[in-house]
Amino acid sequence: MNPFTYKRTTDKAEAIREVAGKTDAKFLAGGTNLIDLMKMNVQSPAELVDISRLALKKIEEIPGGLRLGALASNSEVADNKLVRERFPVLSEALLAGASPQLRNMATVGGNLLQRTRCYYFMDPAFPCNKRVPGSGCPAIPGYNRIHAILGTSDKCIATHPSDMCVALAALDAVIRVESPRGARQIPMTDFHRLPGDTPHIDTNLQPDELIVAVDLPSSPLARRSRYLKIRDRAQYAFALVSVAAALDIENGRIKAARLALGGVAHKPWRALEAEQVLTGAPASAQSFAAAAEAAVRGAQPQKHNAFKIELAKRAVVRILDEVANMTTGGAA
Amino acid sequence: MEREVKHFETSAAADEVKSELTATGAINHDEEISLLLSEDGEARRRFLKQALIVGGGLAAAHLLLRYQMTASAQTATARLTAAQMAAGTIPVTLRVNGKTYPLQIESQVTLLDALRERIGLTGSKKGCDRGQCGACTVLADGHRINSCLALAAAYEGAEITTIEGLARGDELHPVQAAFIKHDGFQCGYCTPGQIMSAVGLLKEGCPPGMSVRECMSGNICRCGAYPGIVAAIEEVLGTKS
Repeated sequence: MNPFTYKRTTDKAEAIREVAGKTDAKFLAGGTNLIDLMKMNVQSPAELVDISRLALKKIEEIPGGLRLGALASNSEVADNKLVRERFPVLSEALLAGASPQLRNMATVGGNLLQRTRCYYFMDPAFPCNKRVPGSGCPAIPGYNRIHAILGTSDKCIATHPSDMCVALAALDAVIRVESPRGARQIPMTDFHRLPGDTPHIDTNLQPDELIVAVDLPSSPLARRSRYLKIRDRAQYAFALVSVAAALDIENGRIKAARLALGGVAHKPWRALEAEQVLTGAPASAQSFAAAAEAAVRGAQPQKHNAFKIELAKRAVVRILDEVANMTTGGAA
Repeated sequence: MEREVKHFETSAAADEVKSELTATGAINHDEEISLLLSEDGEARRRFLKQALIVGGGLAAAHLLLRYQMTASAQTATARLTAAQMAAGTIPVTLRVNGKTYPLQIESQVTLLDALRERIGLTGSKKGCDRGQCGACTVLADGHRINSCLALAAAYEGAEITTIEGLARGDELHPVQAAFIKHDGFQCGYCTPGQIMSAVGLLKEGCPPGMSVRECMSGNICRCGAYPGIVAAIEEVLGTKS
């Protein structure tokens, strides 16, 4: 790891000031991605501002929903009673990710900001447009079994590996951030970017912006939600394909639907067309199959990951069926 | 001439050695001893874990000479002044197993390296150094973490518990006893991490619908001692509930 200046503060404004105007200073929270990247010499910030002791850890009710402090740990959010009752997909998604040790260290904000990545990105011996813009993408002609099938460009086919983010995308979460320019809100679906011609930029967060909270709007949809993760082994591996699904069903008919896919794109993939197919349709196997088709429309397989298209379709059908059969136990 | 093999883990024990060596007249140079017993954990471990001859001044002097010859080959380490060693470092005070350790270390020193190299607590192991194997698992304020991905500086003030801090004197922690009873290890390298992770799991509880294996997914064992590991943890969990 490169030597760096370490600063720590318990004052939010001071943390923001410390990073402002610098190109090479980064916030440090749990460090589970950043420290790993620094050990691999993928990133080498000259300064780390340790924000782990800022007062941003609370999980609290707000009018119409729940606010997750940016520094609440992944474990704390997954175990939280209100999260499990009102947003079960989020708890399931978090528990499906990483390992218990990592979940204790990792934060909401850090999970959002983990790098979209693949093993070529992680190895500085390889060229990589995300790590060194313009140097090329070795995954496209290379071994790309775990790479993206949706929203790719000829510059990058990496996937965003977070499970939490897929659930947040399905839940229409809103990210609250602060900077020297004040506060703003970023809808979850606008937070992460597709690679396009700028794969070195993963999110629309400005370098001097600090994530302070994530808001979850309550709804009947959110209560009837589940997460399915499919991977090469039972635990501690990234998703090959994952799905977060939420349905509001009345008298056997789908009033509203949310569907997000993980492991298939540079960002959590909201399957908007599939959601339209489901809205107003009966909660039946036929509807689910039609939604699955819509979810993967336009998918572009790489040399080694064509299986993901069929896998994604089956995962969508499976999870919609499970969600439809859930007992949710109460009003929003 | 008595020959005794000693194993030093704490600064207090090292101080004892220092006075022993000076008292026997084997060593005349206080400064040299200070270097050997300094915060350069690598140097100290190398010296202290060799056979220590007690009461045999000549043999001890030979030992010191042998070390000095090796050390002078690493001129930088042997000859750094205190000021040189301090440059580029920051003060970090760690609380480990109920004791306080004031350190002067670089910012990039991980908690794992601080524990092993600076404090001399080598029970926590470096397996992958990337948060993937769990051999480095310790407790921070009761929560299990991968110390390889933790900056020591960031964990100042936290109550860290390592494998060395579990037993009370000769009384093993129930998890330690269960691992022995159920033969939960072969080579033993993953074992401190497994035990610390299990202790953390005891406090967290295994969520409904998840198995012990799933709740221990952050710890791998290349020897494949999983059946014993799981049996040990299930016994302790069973007792708890």
